[in-house]
Amino acid sequence: MIKVEHLAKRYADVYAVNDISFEVHQGEIVGLLGPNGAGKTTTMRILTCYMPATSGSANVAGYDVFRESINVRKQIGYLPENVPLYPEMRVREYLLFRAKLKKLPSRERKSKIDECIEKCSITEVQNQIIGTLSKGYRQRVGLADTLVHDPKILILDEPTIGLDPNQIRQVRQLIKELGAKHTILLSTHILPEVEMLCERVIIINKGKIVAMDTPTNLAIQLRAGNNLVLEVRGNGEKIKNALTNIKSVKKVVWQDKGEISNFTVEAEKGADVREDVFSNIVKNNGIIREMKQASITLEEIFHQITMREQEVTT
Amino acid sequence: MTSTGTIFQRELNAYFLSPIAYVVIAVFMVFSGYFFSVMLGLTQETTLRYSLAYTQFILSILTPVITMRLMAEENKTGTIEPLMTAPVTDFEVVFGKFLAAWALYNVMIAPTTFYIAFLAWVGNPDYGAIIASYIGLILMGGLFVSIGLLVSAVTKNQIVAAVIGIVALLILLVIGLASAGNEGWLYSTLKYIGTYDHWETFTKGIVDTRDVVYYVSFTALLLFIVVRIVESRRWR
Repeated sequence: MIKVEHLAKRYADVYAVNDISFEVHQGEIVGLLGPNGAGKTTTMRILTCYMPATSGSANVAGYDVFRESINVRKQIGYLPENVPLYPEMRVREYLLFRAKLKKLPSRERKSKIDECIEKCSITEVQNQIIGTLSKGYRQRVGLADTLVHDPKILILDEPTIGLDPNQIRQVRQLIKELGAKHTILLSTHILPEVEMLCERVIIINKGKIVAMDTPTNLAIQLRAGNNLVLEVRGNGEKIKNALTNIKSVKKVVWQDKGEISNFTVEAEKGADVREDVFSNIVKNNGIIREMKQASITLEEIFHQITMREQEVTT
Repeated sequence: MTSTGTIFQRELNAYFLSPIAYVVIAVFMVFSGYFFSVMLGLTQETTLRYSLAYTQFILSILTPVITMRLMAEENKTGTIEPLMTAPVTDFEVVFGKFLAAWALYNVMIAPTTFYIAFLAWVGNPDYGAIIASYIGLILMGGLFVSIGLLVSAVTKNQIVAAVIGIVALLILLVIGLASAGNEGWLYSTLKYIGTYDHWETFTKGIVDTRDVVYYVSFTALLLFIVVRIVESRRWR
């Protein structure tokens, strides 16, 4: 649905986006993740035809963003960062205006607007003046606007920024529901959001793509090996030797606390040693009090990737 | 062009949802009423010619107040982004906004038609000259609005847009006035560029094609430039 090839955008001498290529397939929810100023908004503005790229090409729903901009714009629903709205208009009036602008046939307008108002739970404020709405409602009015012409693709720039935790949950829930019908590209710098919503993550930093995968795969890729954390009652020395002898185990760290020992077992990349570890401990008369996988969070991945980049560049 | 209508409707509503329309109309009525009564008293002539000559100054000041928000506000609040990512062309947006501001301008001058009724009551006015004056007034409004729109498109600040717009319109008025009665290519050029000379022909009751062409082509040129400016975000 979205195909980006070697896209670059230069402001004066600074590249905001530098040679990025990625694809978003139909029905996917893809997260564009990166620190502030990484080029997320610029990428989205190019995809929504707000500004052209300096070089490279982008294809949205089968149309070129530069040459067939009007066609592209008919296919997308775009929620810009901070959701700019006309404060003097009423919610319903605004949605009607947007529906007309987006060339929704007049006989469909009312039913479509009603549907969007209901979907975004803004029924109670539909006749209120936008200027008097809270941030959460404004965000949902913005979302209703992106949906009003039933676009194939939704491009959402920081859809949950500035909301309180309850509102964030509501908006995320809504996005998740929308994912069933629409292809979604969203940007954020909030990591749990990506983990929760996205099937795929594109991490960009300083205008370049530094990683692209599913959130879980990213975690696997980034870990040097799988780490298991264990708490075991029994003979520490014996157990340690047994664990070290397991084939895929690279390293065992033993912390002796008398009767109870703590182990950190580092396995080779991709190897699952949990069952071997279990049977070896049992064989040596150990009792496992706790065994858990030390999962690396996306937060760590993000930090590692963006920091690694910095080390390379400096 | 369908979007032009949509934009036009929204912009015109926005004027009447904010105090701008009412303030501008009220201020205009106060001054035009003052000039009308004073000139009528002075000249004892049943014509709008003299009072409308003065209204030109008021219009030069009030029109930029009408147009200042057109683009500047969208640039400032960022609403330009959802607007321009909707399937509308830059021209449709610019033209819709132009028509809305021009419509408000015409609403603003509409109450002055009451003076015609008054003149008809006290004497026998020359209706031909009055109709010509209004044609001139409306055409001049188009030019004024397009200048204001141009200034509004280059800034994010409404006050700046209004001030520069007022200065530009007054300059345009003054170069015509100052060149009156002088000879030479420079003066005749300035006189041609300035609005005053063209406008005066209308108040005399003459609808000259040259003056109509002046207003219409000048307005079209400015609108063309505004479209380019709006477009320029694409290559800036």
